[in-house]
Amino acid sequence: MLEIKNLHAAVEGTEILKGIDLTVRDGEVHAVMGPNGSGKSTLARVLAGQEAYVVTQGQVLFNGQDLLEMDPEERAREGVFMAFQYPVEIPGVSNTYFLKAALNAVRKHRGLLEMDALEFLTMVRQKMKLVQMEETLLNRPVNEGFSGGEKKRNEIFHMAVLEPSLCILDETDSGLDIDALRIVADGVNALRSKDRSFLVITHYQRLLNYIVPDYVHVLVDGRFVRSGGKELALELEEKGYSWLENLAAAPVGA
Amino acid sequence: MSVTEIQNASAALAPYIADFERFQGGRPASEPAFVQALRRAGMDRFSALGFPNTRQEEWRLTNVAPIVQGSFHRAMSDPNAVAPEQIAAYDFPAAARLVFVDGRYSARLSSIAGTPAFPAGMVVTSLAAALAATPGLVEPWLGQLAGFEQQPFVALNTAFLGDGAFIHVPRGVASGLIHLLFLSSSEDGRATVSYPRNLFVAGENSQLTVVETYAGTGAYFNCPVTELVAGPNAVVDHYKVQRESREAFHIATFQVQGERNSVPRSHSISLGGGLVRNDVNAVLAGEGIDCILNGLYLVDGRQHVDNHMRVEHAKPHCASHELYKGVLDGKARAVFNGLIHVHKGAQKTDAKQSNRNLLLSRDAIANSNPQLEIYADDVKCTHGSTVGQLDEDAVFYLRSRGIGQEAARSLLTWAFASDIVERIQVEPVRKDLEEFLFARLPKGEVVRQAV
Ligand SMILES: Nc1ncnc2c1ncn2[C@@H]1O[C@H](COP(=O)(O)OP(=O)(O)OP(=O)(O)O)[C@@H](O)[C@H]1O
Ligand SMILES: [Mg+2]
Repeated sequence: MLEIKNLHAAVEGTEILKGIDLTVRDGEVHAVMGPNGSGKSTLARVLAGQEAYVVTQGQVLFNGQDLLEMDPEERAREGVFMAFQYPVEIPGVSNTYFLKAALNAVRKHRGLLEMDALEFLTMVRQKMKLVQMEETLLNRPVNEGFSGGEKKRNEIFHMAVLEPSLCILDETDSGLDIDALRIVADGVNALRSKDRSFLVITHYQRLLNYIVPDYVHVLVDGRFVRSGGKELALELEEKGYSWLENLAAAPVGA
Repeated sequence: MSVTEIQNASAALAPYIADFERFQGGRPASEPAFVQALRRAGMDRFSALGFPNTRQEEWRLTNVAPIVQGSFHRAMSDPNAVAPEQIAAYDFPAAARLVFVDGRYSARLSSIAGTPAFPAGMVVTSLAAALAATPGLVEPWLGQLAGFEQQPFVALNTAFLGDGAFIHVPRGVASGLIHLLFLSSSEDGRATVSYPRNLFVAGENSQLTVVETYAGTGAYFNCPVTELVAGPNAVVDHYKVQRESREAFHIATFQVQGERNSVPRSHSISLGGGLVRNDVNAVLAGEGIDCILNGLYLVDGRQHVDNHMRVEHAKPHCASHELYKGVLDGKARAVFNGLIHVHKGAQKTDAKQSNRNLLLSRDAIANSNPQLEIYADDVKCTHGSTVGQLDEDAVFYLRSRGIGQEAARSLLTWAFASDIVERIQVEPVRKDLEEFLFARLPKGEVVRQAV
């Protein structure tokens, strides 16, 4: 599904990612953890194609294709989805209509027919149930005035509608209360399948109790300093990042 | 001014002075004397003022030199010669439709039966007809609202006034929707000039909804003036849709006077024209008035649009809310000048003004200049203006969900304009504007789907 090789990326002239290697196979869930400012969101944004983040070295293949060559919308249509750490408020654009336009762009690209209004609405209602989202949020402008938790649910709702194959969740758990966390995690788990993969960025082991990862990677100062199974998250929780920060100076394999 | 400038300035006026004499001479003998006198006063004032230049504060950012240097003639062809198909694009169902071709009323293209028939006492007609049939209804107001001491183009319009629309809504009557369509064109390849003059008198407790549409082809100069008086408790919705040709000059004044407890609302949509100036002046002359002035301008290429607002709070307990939004692309230029003048004694005034500009290109320029002159102490006056670009984070967010770049930008542009669009209560006007936007915005079909 995804193959990242020696990825270096900079923003405003400062190198943030300093050589990332990662392989995500179909159906796998990879968790990425790491201290504030270590570059987790940068990695997610580079994968989603945000232009402010400049790739200075390395390669990313998505289903064998050069991902870095694609515009953000092409990536989305090909099946990459990023749930934003800070979803953007868009006054004046209705959540539903926007999603319908997005879905139809994606469907068109995948050679599917556009959905008519009724089909779309039926499908949308069903996906809303997945994250127990209030129907009123459908008719409001995208994220405008949504609470922190509502924004995060809305991201997962978009994801459920667009049915991507690679889902990147950037701290979807932050800002959620215990119940909401459970609901969102259940929603994500319901979307897990053998041909859909996840990159789950989080600070907390708690989320990983619900969304159980196949692999955990720890990012410190733009590099993965440790990778392992789900137990690594527990170990981190116990020992804190400082345990691994010393390793950053001498990266894995060096 | 230097000697040459004075010579140039008077050379520019000469054709207008000559044309004025021809025009006055050609008017029917039956015309009331007050009209002749009003015109003469207009011409005298225009001759004294001359065309404005950019050294004058009110015209600092709008250079009318292309008009001064242009040569225009009043159209002479028959306004009834225009085929009905030519108005189809602008027409919509209304209780009355009055069509003016190069400033002159076309009976053939108009339809003013009223559906259902207008109530007794209601007058919807051409100004020329009103001057002949009911001069008593016209005289108290015509030229009394739109001052021309310091307004050269109002003076010029007044010098040539003669035709346009006249609407009189008697006390307690609701008018239904009235559509005024002003079509202009060049004639035999020569640029024309027209001076439409409209007067709307809404009586006590009456209701009036009127739409002025300006459209045309080729090069011409349109210099309209509309005067409106909203009587006590009257509710008046005035829409102006300016879709002149790209080669046209459009220099217009809309003068409103509100009387106590009236609700005058103005919606100005400016889409066309090469060089456009809209003066909107509201005088709140009674207590308890709720005045709304909304506007949207969309310009690209080398279009220039200048909205000059002046709201005078003359009496206490009045509210005025202005919201003007502009979308600029290409090398377009927009000027917004908003003056709120609160007279001494106009306590409890609530005046709000906001001007927001969205620049879609690097070369577009917007100037926004709010001015407050407050001579009362117990008032609430706020103003705000912004000039900004599309939010790139929002563009990326939309793109990251599969919406193409152009469509994302268009969707956000639509969203920016939408609060003005949504305030348009006359459905065909709103729908036409939406269609215009879908056609103008790149990937407009995606926007159509998404809104
Ligand atoms: N647009 C930007 N402009 C300038 N600096 C940036 C930008 N985006 C990220 N950075 C910097 O890059 C570094 C990594 O940021 P990033 O957001 O990737 O961290 P993170 O691991 O997601 O942190 P957090 O856990 O707080 O979300 C930080 O030092 C941040 O300040
Ligand atoms: Mg982050």
